[in-house]
Amino acid sequence: MTALPKWADVALIPAINLVLAFFVSGLIVMWIGENPLDAMTVMIKGSIGSAYGWGYTLYYATNFIFTGLAVAIAFHARLFNIGGEGQAAIGGIGAALVCLHFGWPHWTLAFPAAIVGAAAFGAAWAAIPAYLQASRGSHIVITTIMFNFIASALLVYLLVNVMKAPGQMAPESRGFPAEAHLPTAHEMLAWIGVSFPRSPPVNVSLLIAFAASALVWVLIWRTRLGYAIRAMGWSEPAAIYAGIRPFRIIMITMMISGGLAGLMAINTVMGEAERLLLDPVQGAGFVGIAVALMGRSHPVGVVLAAILFGMLYQGGVELEFEMPAVSREMVLVIQALVILFTGALENMVRAPLERIALMFR
Amino acid sequence: MNANGSDLRRNTAAPAIELRNISKSFGAVIANRDISLSVAPGTIHGIVGENGAGKSTLMSILYGFYRADAGEIFINGAPTKIPDSKAAIAAGIGMVHQHFKLVHNFTVLENVVLGAEDGLTLRPTLARARKLLTDLADEYELNVDPNAVVEDLSVGHQQRVEILKALFRRADILILDEPTGVLTPPEADHLFRILASLRDEGKTIILITHKLREIMAATDTVSVMRRGEMTATLKTSETSPEQLAELMVGRKVLLRVDKKPAAPGPAVLEVDGLQVDGERGETALKNISFTVRAGEVLGVAGVAGNGQSELLRALGGISPAKGTVRVNGKAIDLAGADSGADARRRSGIAHVPEDRQSLGLVMEFKAWENMAFGYHDDPAFSRTKWLLDIEAMRSLTGVALNKYDVRPVDPNLVARNFSGGNQQKIVLAREIDRNPDLLIVGQPTRGVDIGAIEFIHQRVLELRDAGKAVLLVSVELDEILSLSDRIAVMFAGEIIGTRDASETDEKELGLLMAGIAGEARP
Repeated sequence: MTALPKWADVALIPAINLVLAFFVSGLIVMWIGENPLDAMTVMIKGSIGSAYGWGYTLYYATNFIFTGLAVAIAFHARLFNIGGEGQAAIGGIGAALVCLHFGWPHWTLAFPAAIVGAAAFGAAWAAIPAYLQASRGSHIVITTIMFNFIASALLVYLLVNVMKAPGQMAPESRGFPAEAHLPTAHEMLAWIGVSFPRSPPVNVSLLIAFAASALVWVLIWRTRLGYAIRAMGWSEPAAIYAGIRPFRIIMITMMISGGLAGLMAINTVMGEAERLLLDPVQGAGFVGIAVALMGRSHPVGVVLAAILFGMLYQGGVELEFEMPAVSREMVLVIQALVILFTGALENMVRAPLERIALMFR
Repeated sequence: MNANGSDLRRNTAAPAIELRNISKSFGAVIANRDISLSVAPGTIHGIVGENGAGKSTLMSILYGFYRADAGEIFINGAPTKIPDSKAAIAAGIGMVHQHFKLVHNFTVLENVVLGAEDGLTLRPTLARARKLLTDLADEYELNVDPNAVVEDLSVGHQQRVEILKALFRRADILILDEPTGVLTPPEADHLFRILASLRDEGKTIILITHKLREIMAATDTVSVMRRGEMTATLKTSETSPEQLAELMVGRKVLLRVDKKPAAPGPAVLEVDGLQVDGERGETALKNISFTVRAGEVLGVAGVAGNGQSELLRALGGISPAKGTVRVNGKAIDLAGADSGADARRRSGIAHVPEDRQSLGLVMEFKAWENMAFGYHDDPAFSRTKWLLDIEAMRSLTGVALNKYDVRPVDPNLVARNFSGGNQQKIVLAREIDRNPDLLIVGQPTRGVDIGAIEFIHQRVLELRDAGKAVLLVSVELDEILSLSDRIAVMFAGEIIGTRDASETDEKELGLLMAGIAGEARP
């Protein structure tokens, strides 16, 4: 099916796509009268040039690892879960409820409970489109997109009418108790005597993201369930022949996927804002699609791609700050170009490369 | 081509088709290597070869689907470039594809005309086509109702529409690609009569097939291809099936396996009143009953599409059914919660499906992953409740690949990269190695090379001789006759007759396959 060696597939093509994306971004930066090399320097320095930059980059990366894994695992069953955005938002409700409604004595108890809450809410939200797909054949792409809107509307309703702190103007929940505060990198590194800037919100959730990546790898390539998921993804008729039940696999895979997306909330809601805000996801659900595509649905690829997108986010913020000519929207354009080239236009590079590879056979 | 041209052709001795040094490769794969072929006008020329020998590529070059990397084509002595199928049609070449290219809800007339309309309105073209159809009907036994809708026609008639399409485009050279795959033996005989009368009218016919019997029966000359090369061109009257088989494979092959007489034991599979609904709500299987005993092969013959696939799917636990099915005396769940393929495997049924590429294997899975496919819940492959024992799977696969002569012996190779015959051997290895009480097997040698056919037939008979029951479904009558102890013939979703293999022949089975039930046997 592919004529390319594996290293080209996993490394060369994403690299070429990235270079193309930066090249086109550079042209746009030039067009608005700024030096693209300077812009690039600002972005790289701002994202990984300092401990402060790293702190923010990894904070964003944590979100993208969760949503990227969510999309990746669904891909293995050939399910296109576009609902990460909504599942993460609902996961946020789950995390917030756990933090607000129980008197936790210490974060080490609140944290596992919030993990369960966020994952369970995300999974439950994904289970509805999954059921519609599995039993009725309603296409999961359509239903998960629609469920993003429903989730967003539900969140607004809850924040305005139910969860809003009494006597407050802003549609947000009251702050979580201090016992539910998650240790940031600054605090954790201080335990072992390493100093790290105080302000970046990167926190203990990053470790959960890495652990989730490892678990997803084990699940997909080492368990019977993962075997069944992959078989079903490659060929549903063959899966039925082998006694694998598509209904079961669709439900389980989508709930794992939704649970992973929901976990994102422990980073943003519990780790950073420490309250439930109106938009706790901020597009990370959609970035997860690009991350999974670029990471070839492999957990290691997802982690690397998530860090790259974390750099883009953090670098973009710095760029906006350093170069006033480059507006917030311009930064979005650059991020969109990377998504476009690494995700959607993948075959543009792949086809010619395969032709070249064949010539050297 | 005009009338002038065809007169000229008949008077000269130039070959109707001459290929000189045609080569074509796809990437690293050489499909055709330096092929030269000369087909005399007014003859039926057979081309035989195993799958992947390059027959189809060669014909695709002749019909303009592919462009040759090197070489020349001469039509009636004149050098001709064929960049697309339009040019092929203009050069008087017509092709009847293995899978018909007809519009199902159009009438015969509309299909014949499609793409060859004369002007703005259809009327003159349709009139011309109608006249042609009536002219040809008697002359060539090519009678088809011009107003019939194609989807209502039998497969044999649909094929005639394809031939008529080519003739309507004034084809003098007809290429037929595996034309008998979907026909009953009587229909195939009819087709050969049509081809013979077309030849007698001066048409040139190229017949591509892998069935040696048909080559012997229908052709004047035969060319053999092997591994992209033309290995021999012989007069059909001066060769034999054995010689052709040897030329195709490159070594001597047994065309028929020797088998010991069966020693049937107690019934293993008892099917009673089995019913399956088809995709459009019609009944695809109507009240089927039969028994397969231990130590015997029951062959299910029939033209493709008469319910055999539904039978396999129902027994294999892929689609739900009604009725009673007992395995070793125990009734199995046909439509309930426990009707999945996993439950069938637990009750002792192993299933080699008709279509290994879409059912039997996950083409992107490695050999070791495929070797556990369907049996991945087996404790032998598990390390804990959740984890697979990959080392066990790999080493077991290595053993099985060796035992079943799968090449290459590489458990890490992806199924797609094995040849068709080796893919089939992987499926057989997996299913037979489980030592099932009942093996149900569909089209075990479809698309498999002659050399591997022999091997596969031997494995199936070994299982029978070990006292297991085998249900064999095949559209290849030769295969049914050579393996079965008893033969059931399916027609229109029913078993129209069952015969002892030793007491029947091709002719009787052919009639049954066409739906003509003979008088009951004493």
